[in-house]
Amino acid sequence: MKVSMRVNGAEKSGDIEPRVLLVDFIRTNLGMTGTHVGCDTSSCGACTVLVNGDPVKSCTLLAVQVDGSEVKTIEGIAQGAALAPIQVGFHEEHGLQCGFCTPGMMLIGEELISRIPNPTDEQIRWAISGNICRCTGYMNIVKAVQHAAKLTAAAKAPAGKEAAMAGGGE
Amino acid sequence: MSSTLHMHGGIGESIKRKEDARFLRGQGHFLDDFVLPRMAHMAILRSPHAHARIKSIDTAAASAKPGVIAVVTGELMAQHKLAWMPTLSGDTQAVLATDKVRFQGQEVAAVIAETKYQAEDARDLIEVDYEILQAITSPDQAKESGSALIRDDKEGQKDNHIYHWESGDKAGTQAAFAKAHKVVRLNTFYPRCHPAPLETCGCIADVDGVTGKATIYMTSQAPHAIRTVFALVAGIPEHQIRIISPDIGGGFGNKVPVYPGYVVATAASLLLGRPVKWVEDRTENLISTGFARDYHMTGDLALDKDGKMLALRVHLDSDNGAFFADAQPSKFKAGLFHIVTGSYDIPTAHVTADGYYTNKAPGGVAYRCSFRVTEASYLIERLVSNAAMEIGMDQAEIRTKNFIQPEQFPYTSATGWIYDSGDYPKAMDVALKQLGYEDLKKDVEARRKKGEVTGIGIASFTEVVGAGPGADYDILGLRMFDSAELRVHPTGKAILKLGVKSQGQGHETTFAQIVAEELGIPAQDVLVMEGDTDNTPYGLGTYASRSTPVAGAATAMVSRKLREKARKLAAHLLEAAEEDLEWERGKFFVKGSPEKFKTIQEAAFAAYTNLPEGMEPGLEGVHYYDPPNMTYPFGTYAVVVDVDKGTGQVKVKRMVAVDDCGVRINPMIVEGQIQGGLTEGYGIAFMELITFDAEGNCIGSNLMDYLIPGSMETPKFEIGQTVTPSPHHPLGAKGVGESATVGSPAAYVNAVIDALSPYGITNIDMPVTSDKVWAALRSKGVTE
Repeated sequence: MKVSMRVNGAEKSGDIEPRVLLVDFIRTNLGMTGTHVGCDTSSCGACTVLVNGDPVKSCTLLAVQVDGSEVKTIEGIAQGAALAPIQVGFHEEHGLQCGFCTPGMMLIGEELISRIPNPTDEQIRWAISGNICRCTGYMNIVKAVQHAAKLTAAAKAPAGKEAAMAGGGE
Repeated sequence: MSSTLHMHGGIGESIKRKEDARFLRGQGHFLDDFVLPRMAHMAILRSPHAHARIKSIDTAAASAKPGVIAVVTGELMAQHKLAWMPTLSGDTQAVLATDKVRFQGQEVAAVIAETKYQAEDARDLIEVDYEILQAITSPDQAKESGSALIRDDKEGQKDNHIYHWESGDKAGTQAAFAKAHKVVRLNTFYPRCHPAPLETCGCIADVDGVTGKATIYMTSQAPHAIRTVFALVAGIPEHQIRIISPDIGGGFGNKVPVYPGYVVATAASLLLGRPVKWVEDRTENLISTGFARDYHMTGDLALDKDGKMLALRVHLDSDNGAFFADAQPSKFKAGLFHIVTGSYDIPTAHVTADGYYTNKAPGGVAYRCSFRVTEASYLIERLVSNAAMEIGMDQAEIRTKNFIQPEQFPYTSATGWIYDSGDYPKAMDVALKQLGYEDLKKDVEARRKKGEVTGIGIASFTEVVGAGPGADYDILGLRMFDSAELRVHPTGKAILKLGVKSQGQGHETTFAQIVAEELGIPAQDVLVMEGDTDNTPYGLGTYASRSTPVAGAATAMVSRKLREKARKLAAHLLEAAEEDLEWERGKFFVKGSPEKFKTIQEAAFAAYTNLPEGMEPGLEGVHYYDPPNMTYPFGTYAVVVDVDKGTGQVKVKRMVAVDDCGVRINPMIVEGQIQGGLTEGYGIAFMELITFDAEGNCIGSNLMDYLIPGSMETPKFEIGQTVTPSPHHPLGAKGVGESATVGSPAAYVNAVIDALSPYGITNIDMPVTSDKVWAALRSKGVTE
């Protein structure tokens, strides 16, 4: 059956079996492989994407369920060539090792900052509690989100030196 | 990127990671991300039974499904002499079962189809008729006379016993025990757990029908060794096999072995002339691939009247599953378990081990550990804490009293290890200060008086990593050297190729930093390549914390070789004698005239443009490094817990980790490794368990049953360090990837047992779950 959605701002559609999982649609049909599969049981969060702004686990959702929705994946995070604040945060704070959980973690982090501009340690830990990282032990992921929150706040502040720094990782 | 752009990136600098760039954008290249033209997909049918005879397999319905290209059974594999394969421990393992299934999850048949969905649909239509046999799920059961013979395929195999192995001095140990003032015993089971990397295992086999070249993309921590194994198993000439390990989403030992799926996919690609992809799902990963531990251990520690250790005696029964497939050096059947005397100057010791077949998955990999060092460290550290409790001595004091002293290094242990360097009292001292131990003890005492259940646990581990000297360490006879090939281009930019393979450890940064230090080329100008057997020098791979000790040493040595050639080039350019030049990172200058210098980049350019008479052009080299000894990282970990009497819930209040891994190349990456290891150690101590019911059904076959620490339960760690360089490693580094998983489980459990000790509780086996703690408290009448 036909399905269409806006993925990272671009109109995407496909003709698929109703049983096709959203993660398979994104990875196989759209060829966007930044969204990963770690468990198939919505336990690990490697497949996290944002649907209409909310984090969802795309391994446990049918593609047809998000027909007409706005989907954001890791490929849609960077602002052109420059890294987004959440990406800068993960880089600067060593918030990733193997990189497999990282796309899901960053999407959660970005969504959290959009709701809570200055999240506490506990708020971040709660937000990422549905996402497993096997490498880092979470401490640096927490720092990475806080780093991104500061950059985001600086970018929103009236123009100044800090604002110029925000948003660019390289 | 960003703040580290202008740093040189030598040893000791926490430069940000070079590999981050692609992962941050979702542009990593993991196995399942690859799509090859005409690629087919494979799904494996697995046994629902732990032990059963296969009466018949009917593939007709599966073969008739749309999209199905082929159905492969053991019978077909047998026709190509591929129904069985050798394991890394020299045993045999079924690729696809022909006679019996020997564990739940064993590979029985495979479907190759146009899409993954079609392959899985058809797989479910294969009908297998089984005659169910008795399932053996423990060494005790395996030993019973009259119990089912699991390996009736092996000629001469009369029972379920695999090996007997010993180390140390039996008579000397007996004599020491006879004179002991006190003997403390600990019976403990280190249960089966699983590395469960977030990315599961898989491969894409692509055999070229014209040239016969087999290119196999594989989630492998050891691509070169795997290539050799494939050459031996499949009889394909080794130059016709190319293993490519792309980005790997965590390994932790799980991605060392050869799995049947790799062999079936390769055979299928060969027969079909198409690339075949196989990626296991999480359940397949947990029930069939390399598990860890499953050691039943008894330790006896002999003490004199002052609490000095006199002797150690250990016996263990190892549960190896249906095939002996431990990934470890061939001469050490129980791995490096005989490091069990740990950090202590114990005059004599005797270790015995017996391995048994059971109807459980094979594998026996070291989950973030150097070949069974974790089990050894756990046993001695639990035993020492229990000894302290029994003789009424402080758990820090008994350790300090018995530590191998700094002046005793190099130290030969009772089981023959030659420890390279250490300062155990110092690491203990740093940890206790960071913890505020004396005040904390008073606080614990005061709170216990109020009826609270609280305790402190200490573990002072010593690891043995960096395998290893080729005379003693091998995989299927392949000596455990490693290698580095370094090529400096005319403009002074370099490519470093290694035989190891990162799975998240940050090799692209760390190894570039070694070149930066030794050759003076900034880390950002050094591209590190790994994981392609056609394009990297032979090496044994990344596991057992061996990359920095072995490949790191090879990188330093090849950099130094090139530096010596660069010296000749600089002398030529400066019209000076070689011996009149001094080296300062990145340049040679004339002694006494620092203004007269040539940079490494200028020397590199000269290697291609302006050579001294008779010199071979180019600036590149290779070094194969066979380490003279193992390295011995160590540390002291201290944990504080509170226990809820009513529920048995344990809360880790603090975790102080002081590690000494010798010289730290990138301290940020080192700390990241430690934090990750402490988390996996926490998981093992409190959550992670693969267990089986009486029929051999695996409990723990998905991430809802096999519990991995998340962000809420994982403690916040307090990291400390001491630095005692390795005297034999060119950089003084020892390796750090696994220390925290080796050392921390005992520290966590010791804290819980310390908290429960006022009630006479002396042991709870891992994972220390709330229900076990509650049951222990209840058995002592502490809670209702």
